[in-house]
Amino acid sequence: MTLPPQLAELVDDFSAVGPKDRLQMLLELSRELPDLPERFADRADSMEQVHECQSPLFLAVEVEEGGERPVHLFFSAPPEAPTTRGFASIMVTGLDGEPAQAVLDVPDDFYTDLGLGEAVSPLRLRGISAMLARIKNQVRAATA
Amino acid sequence: MALPNDTDPKLAEYAHPERLVTTAWLADNLGSDGLAVVESDEDVLLYETGHIPGAVKVDWHTELNDPVTRDYVDGARFAQIMGERGITRDTTIVVYGDKNNWWAAYALWVFSLFGHEDVRLLDGGRAKWADEGREMTTDAPKPEQVDYPVIERDDSRIRAFKDDVVAHLGLVSSGKGAMVDVRSPQEYSGEKLHMPDYPQEGAVRGGHIPGAASVPWARAAAEDATFKSRADLEAIYQTEQGLTPSDDVVAYCRIGERSSHTWFVLTHLLGFDTVRNYDGSWTEWGNAVRVPIVQGSERGSA
Repeated sequence: MTLPPQLAELVDDFSAVGPKDRLQMLLELSRELPDLPERFADRADSMEQVHECQSPLFLAVEVEEGGERPVHLFFSAPPEAPTTRGFASIMVTGLDGEPAQAVLDVPDDFYTDLGLGEAVSPLRLRGISAMLARIKNQVRAATA
Repeated sequence: MALPNDTDPKLAEYAHPERLVTTAWLADNLGSDGLAVVESDEDVLLYETGHIPGAVKVDWHTELNDPVTRDYVDGARFAQIMGERGITRDTTIVVYGDKNNWWAAYALWVFSLFGHEDVRLLDGGRAKWADEGREMTTDAPKPEQVDYPVIERDDSRIRAFKDDVVAHLGLVSSGKGAMVDVRSPQEYSGEKLHMPDYPQEGAVRGGHIPGAASVPWARAAAEDATFKSRADLEAIYQTEQGLTPSDDVVAYCRIGERSSHTWFVLTHLLGFDTVRNYDGSWTEWGNAVRVPIVQGSERGSA
């Protein structure tokens, strides 16, 4: 099983450096999380809350109708939750625009290869596995 | 040399006002010799986005926990963590953090296991400091390495292990001891295994320890994340719950962080003599073989 190219690149980037630099990379990613588009502003209730995250995090998944059904991801997380924002940014950077099947094929434990357990703690990492699980659920529902 | 206490009138009402400082006191005392400000957050990256000038970071998950055993670090590692941050045995430490100071209270509790004498919480924590528009910086302080002695952790006074809790069950049912469950009402009844918005922390059963009173930690906090006044706290823990300062109390939550907050309230704000934090908490008790639990909203007894 292979990872989508952008996600594979992120995993390579993380695994190439030590724990301190991994934290720095996560911080940079947290700053790059795109703002929520205007169309979600008044329909926050249509987003799904990722309860497993340590901070209020909301997720929306859109799957295009045609072709390989590209997937688009949208996240809302407060600025005082940079770790959670960083996780969300990994998802957007790694998976946005990928075909639905490629998203479904991402191994559930891909995040262990990021090497963040030591830098962030395994408990906190549960947020990222929960995000992926909920993204896949929504993609499955949209393509069923 | 310990720094002077904060003489704020609200703090003066508490049993141990020397355990708290206000944001105003901290602003006035920043940079003083003998003061170390420590940020301890739930979010491991929050410190890096901006912190109180001169504050050093201590991460509860990755630093105060031993990476292998489910336990806190030993005296040698603790001495290293403190020494690297320029903290000596007689430094006055002020701890603050996110989320109503949960993790700050947790760090303070661990510092107390090592008997660090002068450790205080910033009332209102990080949120209050930021909301007041006080200075924050991303500059990383570079404290000079100092010697912190290797102290053996004393778990006997303020920490309860599972066997201690088992032994405590009888005291609770005979009314000679008390137990406080500080989780949300849904976790207490067993409807949920984690609090809303927080990660599942892997317990196979939901419910509470028999005899435990349900007093969610947040009831001790005011809107601005400061602690409620002493009178308000007495109304909750003493009048409503019938606890008395001479009771032998065990507090627990899910992994021990929220119960550190309650431990702080009972010990330092209300002056209870004997309060232990059961840090194994529900993640241990809810999975342990042959320990009794109660489901539903009644306290039950063992």
